[in-house]
Amino acid sequence: MASRPIKSLLVLCLSLVTMCFSGNVFANEKAGSHEVKTEGHEAKAFNVTETILEHIKDDHSWHLWGQTSLSLPVILYTPKGFEVFSSAKFMNEHHEHIAYKGNYEYKIIEGKVKIVKLVDATEAVDIEASKALWDFSITKNVASLFVSVLILLVVLLTAAGAYKKTGVTSAPKGVQSFMEPIVLFVRDEVAIPNIGKKKFAKYMPFLLTIFFLVLTNNFLGLIPFFPGGANVSGNIAFTMTLAVCVFIVVNLSANKSYWEHIFWMPGMHWSMKLFLAPIELIGVFTKPISLMIRLFANITAGHILVLSLICLIFIFKTVYASAIAVPFAVFIGLIELLVAFLQAYIFTMLSAMYIGMATEEHHHEAHEHEGHKNVAHH
Amino acid sequence: MFLLEVNPLVLPDIGLVFWNTIAFLILLIVLGKFAWKPMLKAIAERESGIEEALLRADKMKAEIAAMQNENEALLAKAREERAGMIKDAKDTADKMVSDAKDKAKQEYERIISDAQLAITQQKNAALTEVKNQVGSLVVEVAEKILRKELSNKAEQESYIKQIAEGVKLN
Repeated sequence: MASRPIKSLLVLCLSLVTMCFSGNVFANEKAGSHEVKTEGHEAKAFNVTETILEHIKDDHSWHLWGQTSLSLPVILYTPKGFEVFSSAKFMNEHHEHIAYKGNYEYKIIEGKVKIVKLVDATEAVDIEASKALWDFSITKNVASLFVSVLILLVVLLTAAGAYKKTGVTSAPKGVQSFMEPIVLFVRDEVAIPNIGKKKFAKYMPFLLTIFFLVLTNNFLGLIPFFPGGANVSGNIAFTMTLAVCVFIVVNLSANKSYWEHIFWMPGMHWSMKLFLAPIELIGVFTKPISLMIRLFANITAGHILVLSLICLIFIFKTVYASAIAVPFAVFIGLIELLVAFLQAYIFTMLSAMYIGMATEEHHHEAHEHEGHKNVAHH
Repeated sequence: MFLLEVNPLVLPDIGLVFWNTIAFLILLIVLGKFAWKPMLKAIAERESGIEEALLRADKMKAEIAAMQNENEALLAKAREERAGMIKDAKDTADKMVSDAKDKAKQEYERIISDAQLAITQQKNAALTEVKNQVGSLVVEVAEKILRKELSNKAEQESYIKQIAEGVKLN
């Protein structure tokens, strides 16, 4: 009861803030364009989009504090072979981006390594040559991913080792007691209800690995400084890789009846079967794609929200804006904590569901009903 | 494709895809073999152990209940037996007492009857003796009287006459 007035107050505050925010952005843009026109590149206006994107995007160095950052190795594959060098080579002592001369002239353009060539005494991106450039660099995201892998290996192998040490019958202790409920949660709430008691065991390692990898990277992404700070699970490459893994596992474990339900829906008129086949076939691909987009969008949106709130301070150019921005950022941060767990759970649960759908044994009397459900689903 | 070029966020980097695939496969293999397998096995073992223990406890409970029932039955039987034994003993004792009483009574009656018989016999003997003595006395006295009375002839004749008159011949 008491929360109602608080809620409406919150809504009011939020709408007021957004109104001020949007107005100010307009003003800022106008001022910015004006400045650019009159003074050129020297007076750089504060660009919200650029700042936020910079924090969300991948990078070739890992920012530690102030002007200090960790230079990460750059690994490039070009028609002339592999090349490995430090990303520090892309910076001069004044922290300006410069070109590095390897097999080609490399330079970081908008956060990505490109091959540049001199055109009329200025450096320009060699689009043709850049197309043949494969960038396998250990970027900030890759390094953060490795950190998460390391954390997972250490924590989970310790937890698993505890079973050997203390035996099966004694109650779990320490890391083991923290990990066991999560493993049980994945088994009892995710795998068994969706895949069934008979077949779930085969998919448990896959589901557990996905769950813990997503969860760890979600949490690491929430830490704003060094060991975290990278936006791994909010990166489309990361979610795409996992979604492709799910796609492969689902389709490799699919049984005859699953394919029958996709290409020739039983219990339907032949015209309906012809109509449903392409829709079901698209469904095969939309399922992993939805997995990919859901995780990416949720995590990225959360980060953008927090960064936008912090950017309010710089937009208003007054420290007093933090009175509103910081509590809201903390509030969103707490929601992100929830989302971090929730998205790991949803990703795993949907993966389990897709596996369950692919391995399900259909009974003949259920055909018509199943058909209707699938139509409604799409 | 246009979207991919416009927004750098939705453009996947081949580098991250490559390293992520490797990282995921390493995790899947290493954790699958050294973490998930022992963990899940241990959990399953523990669960089956708990289930077994519960089943065993249930079985024990049933056994204990059965034993209790048996005990009670035994106790009831023992109680019954005891009651029967007490009753038997009492009956036996009663019978013994009554037997003894009967026997005593019989003995008493026999003694009494024996005594009475003896007394009667002795009384009869005594009476016979008395009668005999009285008889002989009477005879003696009568002899003496007769001797004295019949000492003269006249008197003897009167007496014979008297007796003869007494005897009626019919």
